[in-house]
Amino acid sequence: MHLDFSPEDLAFQQEVRAFIAENYPVELRGKQDEGDELSKEDFLSWHKVLAKKGWVAPAWPVEYGGTGWSATQRYIWSEETARADCIRLMPFGLSMVGPVIYTFGTPEQKAKYLPRILSGEDWWCQGYSEPGSGSDLASLRTKAVRDGDHYVVNGQKTWTTMAQHADWGFFLVRTDPDAKQQEGISFLLIDMKTPGITVRPIITLGGEHEVNEVWLEDVRVPVENRVYEENKGWTCAKFLLAHERTGIAGVAASKRGVEKVKSIARAEMDGDKPLISNAFFKRKIAELEMDLTALEFTELRSLAGESAGKGPGPESSLLKIKGSEIQQRLTELTLEAVGHYGAPYFRGFGEGDNEHPIGPDYAHRAAPTYFNTRKTTIYGGSNEIQRNIIAKMVLGL
Amino acid sequence: MDFSYTETQDMLRDTLARFLADTYDFETRKKMLLRPEGRDPGVWKALATELGILGAPFAEEHGGLGGGALENMIMMEELGKVIAIEPYLQTVVIGGGALKRAPAAMADAVIPEIIAGNAVIAFAYAEPQGRYDLANLRTTAKADGGGYVLSGHKAVVYAAPWATHLLVTARTGGSQREREGAELFLIDATLPGIVRRDYPTVDGFQASEIYFENVAIPGDAHIPGGIGLIELLADEATVAICGEACGVSRKLHEGTLDYIKQRKQFGQPIGKFQVLQHRMADMFVEVEQIASMALMGTLKLDLAADERKAAVSLAKAKVARSINFVGQNAIQTHGGIGITVELAIGHYFKRGTMIENQFGSADFHLGRFEDLTLAA
Repeated sequence: MHLDFSPEDLAFQQEVRAFIAENYPVELRGKQDEGDELSKEDFLSWHKVLAKKGWVAPAWPVEYGGTGWSATQRYIWSEETARADCIRLMPFGLSMVGPVIYTFGTPEQKAKYLPRILSGEDWWCQGYSEPGSGSDLASLRTKAVRDGDHYVVNGQKTWTTMAQHADWGFFLVRTDPDAKQQEGISFLLIDMKTPGITVRPIITLGGEHEVNEVWLEDVRVPVENRVYEENKGWTCAKFLLAHERTGIAGVAASKRGVEKVKSIARAEMDGDKPLISNAFFKRKIAELEMDLTALEFTELRSLAGESAGKGPGPESSLLKIKGSEIQQRLTELTLEAVGHYGAPYFRGFGEGDNEHPIGPDYAHRAAPTYFNTRKTTIYGGSNEIQRNIIAKMVLGL
Repeated sequence: MDFSYTETQDMLRDTLARFLADTYDFETRKKMLLRPEGRDPGVWKALATELGILGAPFAEEHGGLGGGALENMIMMEELGKVIAIEPYLQTVVIGGGALKRAPAAMADAVIPEIIAGNAVIAFAYAEPQGRYDLANLRTTAKADGGGYVLSGHKAVVYAAPWATHLLVTARTGGSQREREGAELFLIDATLPGIVRRDYPTVDGFQASEIYFENVAIPGDAHIPGGIGLIELLADEATVAICGEACGVSRKLHEGTLDYIKQRKQFGQPIGKFQVLQHRMADMFVEVEQIASMALMGTLKLDLAADERKAAVSLAKAKVARSINFVGQNAIQTHGGIGITVELAIGHYFKRGTMIENQFGSADFHLGRFEDLTLAA
């Protein structure tokens, strides 16, 4: 047991650093610095660079396009990408449906979908939540009725992140209305261009268009698009949620976030001293670093367990709870740090607009990000649901 | 980077856990505390001779098993699970730690005595006015011929009534809070002029106020290294009690979990109530973080002094906060029975509570972390 990097690991770290420095899209860096909203092409630009290099899905098994990196190399990768402030890749294909397909899919499904997820050709979205089914996901009512070699799907999904860009969606649908809740659900892959699908934006508190409502009216889906057995979709859903939870800790990104807060607190003045010298503010940063370190080592212990053959289990709920709380505290501290300039509502630059925005650059996104980040303790199974999972699955209550 | 234990480490843990399961149940421990000396010295001897594990963190050339801080963490965690009152922290972790950096003659003489279970060392570092500042010393060691003369008052010296040796911090020069001049000495605990007032501690140990009244000590009692070495030893001790906290808190959680599964109110086990389920989940989260921080601190002991201190302080601050949460909620969840001495849970709570401030409170350590890393 030790924390040292081997000479090979150090060489890998150098390789990763150099690769990012040479290949991270310049336009993307510029937009991040300005606090602009990112387009589909922006998100895909970094994805495609990584796909070309073969580094887009480190966690996947090598046979499907993974990198075969050791746990240490994966750790280095996430540290370095966060250090360089690289954008997070969209998780819907790479971290969610991809693992479901290579775990539960048919050879045909694997051959058809996995390469297109890796290349970035298909943008995926997640059709899970419904207006009446949030935390109680298994009560979902979107139904799929068999009609020959098709399912006919009717219903409404909501909180569908980035569905406005999506080529494909993976949907939980009810195929047996008479079975017990969790036993009548199937997992369908749906082409978002299929007639009968309507995507409507939902604007969230930070002013972003991130999530959507998705309406499905007599949408015909080939039976071959079902992953795993009919009425066994809940197995895929649970598997996916556990996978979703592990990445959700966001340790490396939060470390980067702490550094940003510190630099703001060194720049902002509080009386005749920088804000970071304020004992109360300083203590909040220290406490955040303390909790983040505890999270980091909890994740490392969990990763070590995984590489010893234990898959991501219910204890990943712990990572979700602490990770999301820390992300929120970071945005809260940032907003506190920027003082007055948290208030101006900054919409980003319009085309041809060269007026200088109000307040320091680091303040522009402080409030919207704070508002937006309230989502982290709600999505992916609210933190209350995570506590239920720990109580039931870990503690046997 | 590697997070797996070696086979030898697993074996060490299993050996100790099995032995303690047989010898250290709650009722037996209670009887130990009632003996005149406040412990059963046979247990310590058995750890040395029957199990042969007191040498776990020592080099093979001294008859040890060749381990280090990780072995100490493992031992402390298992000892914590039975709230053992053995002087492992004082003798092996701290005393042993000092001896590993001591002149060869001293190390060669004393380490084998520790491994054999003959030597018990107490760490006399705290002083009534000093709080957690290791350099805040009024105790003096004045050079006198080839040796020194010790004078001063040391506070709450755990395990001192059992000790064959005292590891003492004292000032050879400088003013009361100056770093320069703070030095370390290992002395015979029975030297003339050492006056002890012994008492039990709230967590089951025995401790003493120690008064050095012009105690003449030999020159070779000095272990060179100054405040830097004293801080290193305190950091090693700090992560060791983080390991102990891991064992203590696991038992606090486990005991509470068992209790709410069988305690019935309103016609059902109280573990059916979501408010308690979420509390148990939150306690679980804190326990796991204690384990993570104990490991983090232990693995970072080798870093350069400032990085090490920052890491150890984060670990201790978190452990203090978390074990406070776990302990208080364990008692609350037990209800009235939790505040009696009848159940083990309250005794775990008492040890956990003492760990919170031992070698520095959460506030002290957050302050040290801030001074090291959050300058303007």
